[in-house]
Amino acid sequence: MNRQQVLDLYFMDARSKLIDIAAFLDRVERAEGEADFRLDALRKALELVGSGEGDKARRVLLSLSDPTTDPIAKAFGKGACGAWPGPPKE
Amino acid sequence: MVSRTTDDYEAMVYAGCAAVCEPAFWAGFDRSGVEGFRDYFCQLTDYEPKRAAKFGLPHFCWLCINPKESEDTVLAEEVIAIIPEFLDRPTVLGIGEIGLNKNTRNELRILERHIDLAARNGQLVLVHTPHLEDKFKGTRLILDALKADGRIAPGRVIIDHCEEHTIGMVLDAGYWAGITLYPESKTTPARAVDMYEVYGLQNIWLNSACDWGRSDPLSIPKTALEMRRRGHSEATIDQLVYQNPVRFMSQSPRFTLGA
Ligand SMILES: [Zn+2]
Repeated sequence: MNRQQVLDLYFMDARSKLIDIAAFLDRVERAEGEADFRLDALRKALELVGSGEGDKARRVLLSLSDPTTDPIAKAFGKGACGAWPGPPKE
Repeated sequence: MVSRTTDDYEAMVYAGCAAVCEPAFWAGFDRSGVEGFRDYFCQLTDYEPKRAAKFGLPHFCWLCINPKESEDTVLAEEVIAIIPEFLDRPTVLGIGEIGLNKNTRNELRILERHIDLAARNGQLVLVHTPHLEDKFKGTRLILDALKADGRIAPGRVIIDHCEEHTIGMVLDAGYWAGITLYPESKTTPARAVDMYEVYGLQNIWLNSACDWGRSDPLSIPKTALEMRRRGHSEATIDQLVYQNPVRFMSQSPRFTLGA
């Protein structure tokens, strides 16, 4: 596909997802109370989306990933939350 | 697929699916003991193939204790000890989905025990990589563990649930890369096709999440449709969605699509 064809096929979908993100941020900002690390992580990832560099999906995924290399002693729960909270507090 | 209704098998056949292969996975709750796993392995190797066969759909499976339950290493060792009883059953493809969930030391130890089990029994291996923020670290730990053992040829191992930040390291190390499709929250058909366009056809296998969460047994036919929309040829689509998994699974003498 050339660029025009990619736009024809995917622009409306991308536009819709972009507005979803904007509305989500408005919703978070309207709400009372403290945010947590996830909001910072999302904002940092959005900077990568807005940059002129390529390989955006990979770089966004890396920015949301645990960068450490050693296995952890114990898990608290089975699930993942989508952003790395930082090293466990002692 | 133990988490799905029979209607899903029927829909897969209508959509052109030629076979289903189901990994041993988490039940949505922790099983209370080894006998629960024995029953589960009977279900995977006996009841599910019969249920799928009613619609002419060949059913294959992988056996293990899933990483979500491997934190209890005593139970995990007991389960690993009964797996050889099932390895000769006619629809068992290998050991899986083993791997890591939260990247703990206990999970890693049980992963190493599963790798040993597969190596000693000459089995193919299907590896689950952790989700979301844990995937990048977990994939690196898994590749290190497989390399440290060294007995299983990378071409006999599929590292599953790869995304844009992990697929390169998996393919570079010689393993098969699985791309798992979800209707939301993880890889979509469009991103899967992107990864094929960047990394090529060789040793990539698409599969559907079909678990307790929102997931879609028809995501492979839907991805084929996505490829058609982008103008990929029927031959390319056939290789990615059909020939590649057949090529990988045919390394098991038990994999056959019949006449
Ligand atoms: Zn998995």
